[in-house]
Parts: sequence; structure tokens; C-alpha cells
Amino acid sequence: MEQELLTDLYSKMQRIRRFEEEAARLYTEKKIGGFLHLYIGQEAVAVGALSVLKDEDYVMTAYRCHGHYIARGGSTRAGMSELLGKVTGCAKGRGGSMHFYDIERRFMGGWGIVGAQLPVAAGLAFAEKYKGTDNIAICFMGDGAINIGSFHEALALASLWKIPVIFVIENNYFAMGTPLEKTAATDDLSIRALAYPMARDTVDGHDVFAVRACIHAAAKRAREQHLPTLIEAKTYRYRGHSMADPAKYRSQQDVDQWKSRDPIKVLGEKMDALGMKAIREQIDQAIEDEVQDAVRFAEESPFPAPETALDYTYV
Amino acid sequence: MSNAMLNDTQNQPAVREIQIRDALQEAMTEEMVRDERVFLVGEEVGGYNGAYKCSRGMQEKFGSKRVIDAPIAENGFAAIGIGAAMAGLRPIVEFMTFNFSLCAIDQIINTAAKARLMSAGQISCPIVFRGAGGAAFQLGAQHANSFEHFYAYTPGLIVLAPATPYDMKGLLKSAIRDDNPVVFFESELTYGRRGPVPEGEYLVPIGKADIKREGTDVTLITWSKNLFLTLEIAEQLAQEGISAEVVDLLTLRPLDRETVLNSVAKTHRCVIVQEQHEVASYGAYLAHMINSAIFDELDAPIGLVSSLEAPMPYSKALEVVILPSKERVLEAVRAVCA
Repeated sequence: MEQELLTDLYSKMQRIRRFEEEAARLYTEKKIGGFLHLYIGQEAVAVGALSVLKDEDYVMTAYRCHGHYIARGGSTRAGMSELLGKVTGCAKGRGGSMHFYDIERRFMGGWGIVGAQLPVAAGLAFAEKYKGTDNIAICFMGDGAINIGSFHEALALASLWKIPVIFVIENNYFAMGTPLEKTAATDDLSIRALAYPMARDTVDGHDVFAVRACIHAAAKRAREQHLPTLIEAKTYRYRGHSMADPAKYRSQQDVDQWKSRDPIKVLGEKMDALGMKAIREQIDQAIEDEVQDAVRFAEESPFPAPETALDYTYV
Repeated sequence: MSNAMLNDTQNQPAVREIQIRDALQEAMTEEMVRDERVFLVGEEVGGYNGAYKCSRGMQEKFGSKRVIDAPIAENGFAAIGIGAAMAGLRPIVEFMTFNFSLCAIDQIINTAAKARLMSAGQISCPIVFRGAGGAAFQLGAQHANSFEHFYAYTPGLIVLAPATPYDMKGLLKSAIRDDNPVVFFESELTYGRRGPVPEGEYLVPIGKADIKREGTDVTLITWSKNLFLTLEIAEQLAQEGISAEVVDLLTLRPLDRETVLNSVAKTHRCVIVQEQHEVASYGAYLAHMINSAIFDELDAPIGLVSSLEAPMPYSKALEVVILPSKERVLEAVRAVCA
């Protein structure tokens, strides 16, 4: 059981990491267009959180969405194809990096307007309560989302209407290039929950087990009492805001300090110490093969046909 | 046919006349009885029975689970509706007026209208946003906007702007059953207006314009409450010996090009009457569409009567100057018929 769990968590984090490293390479080769926001460093948040939810629960996030998509079980072939704008992508080349979807897994995107996904995710959870299920929704955002109106309207309404939703702030300490101390008057971000009010929690987002415990408690609160929770997960992105950002606004020392606690490294070392080194190496190899296969598949896949440009505008 | 409902009740059995607010209430009530997934959310829709009494008695009938009073948070409750639609419900979101919809327009344009394309059809968003649009008496600049074109500009949305009680009811029912996001414009000035609405079930189709008065000399195209002004003008023109055909668009997106073009090809002259400002407006698009499709059929440049280019001033002496008036429309018609 323990082994199975470690294997699962490690595989998912490593799959996200290697998927995105390859995506970065393809971006520099100009095979991927537009923006590419990498999740590298933050993997423990999505993987830990989604590992304790049910298949029927809804997942929604912002534009830094590859990690949540893969953590939810989304196909790396379809993800890589989406980045290359291919018809085999998880949105048939209509979404791109910021707009991954996998509705079969109730992964609802991938949204590009900061904070706008919060009340929409609350609406998903509202619908489940309306239908009388015990399904919930989880909604991820960056620390840059906490000052916009839709954040506050979503929290106010979720509390007022007892909506079973979990809001997770992934605090990576930068809203694009602006440090947290210039965007918020406190470094305790979940404190905002007190105003609406709703339950709150703060968790080390580099600790996949701490994230699991925290989300498990919030999910229980949502499922059993229809109560929302606001969570701050403290984490870090090792890369710039997007591939266009060399991240010169922060010190290498800070980056190195977070990297020394890298969740994948830490979990890998734990597995090795438990005598699971051979298993871990097998996983690494399998993921390497999977990611290379995804790249090959994406590169060989066709682009959408020009005559389909207007498809999916209306039902 | 709505044409018959408007003009020709003499040869039919007596049809009851009801107010537009009650036609809307009937549409919502019938659809909520028919489909458990339909619910209504908005400011004052429950205990207050709607700011304009369009949801009278509905909370009593359906309970506060399905007729939901929202706090003043248009972005928030519109987006909760959008999320609920994505999860399989069929929300009706009431904006007290479309002036306040600007607080939610990001969600309508960036989320509801685009979800289907961005997800390649995985997500649908069957939702109706409805409420009053346009000027009423002396509401001042912030409460008198005509915003149809903001929404009609956006692929992915269906935009409806009916005028008569009959069309209001039948089109709202079609909107609630449609699988796309729909923006549905009403008018504060006409909620109390009465007109024939038959008992029982009927639908008015989305995407079909309606010829409300037939004529041969000039086509007058309009939508929303300016239909009533335009019909009055057509009557006056008839006395002057000009036979005007009145096309009520009903649906702004997707536009019924066929009905519009057939009418203008028949009369060879056209005047568009709109409450929007002219610059970058729906009427300007319409004129372009007609020009590019059937330029050879036109005997005169297309007339476009719009609100003048200023935010709406409060005084009644000024409001009438800004809005399209009977005199300005008549002048435009005489110019194209000269």
C-alpha cells in the first residue's frame, strides 16, 4: 500500500517534470507557439491534491495547467500534441498551452484570465450540490489571483451559498515578475478566508504528503458539510513566469534553496532509503520512454484541417 | 406566426392579451416545470419578485433552491451560472439591467462564449443571460446603454432582442432550450406593454427574422423596442403614400440574412433604426452586409438612424435629442425614397 502510493506520487510528479522539460526544449526550437508557462517546481501541489480526490470531482485551474492535467491522469501524447497545435491534442489544437481539457477525467481547464476561473469552479460545485451528489470541485490559482474582484466574489458567494469547493492558492511568491511583498500586505494569504468567512489552511506545497492531508480535510468538509475552504500552498517555480521570462528579478540563492527541497528529489531519496531504488529507476526509464513517445507522436500528428477553423463555435 | 399575432387578431378566436413581464414569467415557469435543470438566479428575482416583476410568484412556486436571490456581484453569480451550465444545469441569469452586465462581461465573453471552442467541443455552456437593455425615461448616462453589439460581436454567443409579448415568450423558451450561451435583451420601457399571447405551448425559433408589416417601397429594419416606433412610422408613411416593410430582426446573432436580403431586394431601399450609437454599431455592420451582398439591388444608399454620439444626458429635453426619433427616421426614409 505504502509502496503503491509512493510509486504513484513519484510517477506523476516525474511525468510532469519531464513532460515540461521536453516542452521547454520544443519551445526553443519554435515548435510551440504563444505562451508556455511551466509548472516545474510546483508538482507536489497538483499531484498531492488530486491524489485524494474522487474521479467524479471537478478540477479547474489557471493558465499554468499542464501539471494539473497530467496529475489528473491526462495523456502525455494528447498534451504534447496540444502544445504543438495538432489535431490529436487534448483540445484538438484549439486550446494551446493555457487551455488543456480532459472532460472524461473532469479536468475542466486551463483558463487564461487571472482569477476568472474561481467563480466558474464554484459553479461546477454548485451544480453537483444542486443535483444532490457528494461530488466537489477544486480550483487552483497563483498568488497573483488574490487581488482581483472575481476572487472575492467567488469566495463571498461560495461561503454564502455553502458551495462544496476547495480554492488552492499556489503561492510561488511572484505574480509574473512582481514579488509578493509588492502585491499583498501580508504573507499569510489564506487569512483572507476570515472575511467571508470560510475555513482556511496553509501548507508546505513542496511536501506532497502535507498537501494530501490538507486537501483530504478540506474535501471532507466540502463533501459532508458543503463548506468551502481556502488553502495557501507555499511553493516555488524554478523557471520564469513563461518561456519569455529569464527571471532576473530574484536571486539564484533563493532558487537553489527551494531546489534543495525539491519534492521529486526528496521523494526519490525516500524511496531509495526504503529499498525502492530499482523501482524508482524503472519508473524514471518508463517516463523517459513515455515522454519521448509523446514528442514523437505529437511531431508526427497532423495539424487540424484549415476547413475546420470555425468548428466548435456553436453546438 | 408572430406577424399574425401582432396585426391580425380579427379572424382568430379571441386571444388573451398579457404584459411582457408576464410573458417572460410564463416562459421561465413553463421551462422550469418541464426541466428540473433550469433555475433562475439574479438580484431581487426571489422575494422581491424581480426588479421589474418578471419572476412574480416563481420563488413561491419553485422554492429558493431554484429561484435564487443573489447579492450584488454580477461577475460572481454570472460565472457560477456558467460553471453550473458546464456541469449540466441550464441556468437563467437575470441582470437587473444590461448596464450592470459589464461587471460580468469578461465571464460572458471570455468564458461562456469560448469554452466550447477552446475545449474542442468537450464543454458546452447552455445558459441564458437576460435583462433590460437600452434607455428608459431619464435614467441618466450609466443606466441607459444599448450594448447589443458588444455581445453580437462575439462568436460563440447567440444574441436575441425581441419586442412583442408573443416573441418575448416564444424566444425565451427557445433560448432556455438552446445548448449555446444566449444573451437576451428586454426593455424597461415595455415590461408593462400588452399584446396577444396564446394559451399553451409554442416556440419562436432562434435565427429567424420576422416581417411585421409588408410593404413595397422601402424596408425598415429594427429590433427590440424600436419595433413599436418603427411600426408607427410605417403607418404614417402609408398615409403619405409610401409603403414600408418592417423587418423585426429578433435574432442579432446568428443574423437571418435571407429575410433581410429578400426584403431589401424587393423594395430596393432600406433604413435601419437602432438605439445604438452609429460608430462600430450593429446597424453599421448590417448596412455593410446588405451593401456587399446586394449592392446592385439598391436604388439609394442605406439609411442608418442611431443615437447621437454622447453619453445619455439626464434631462428629458436632451434625452429625446440623443435617441432616434420619429422625425429623424422619417427624414431618413424620405431621403432614401427621394
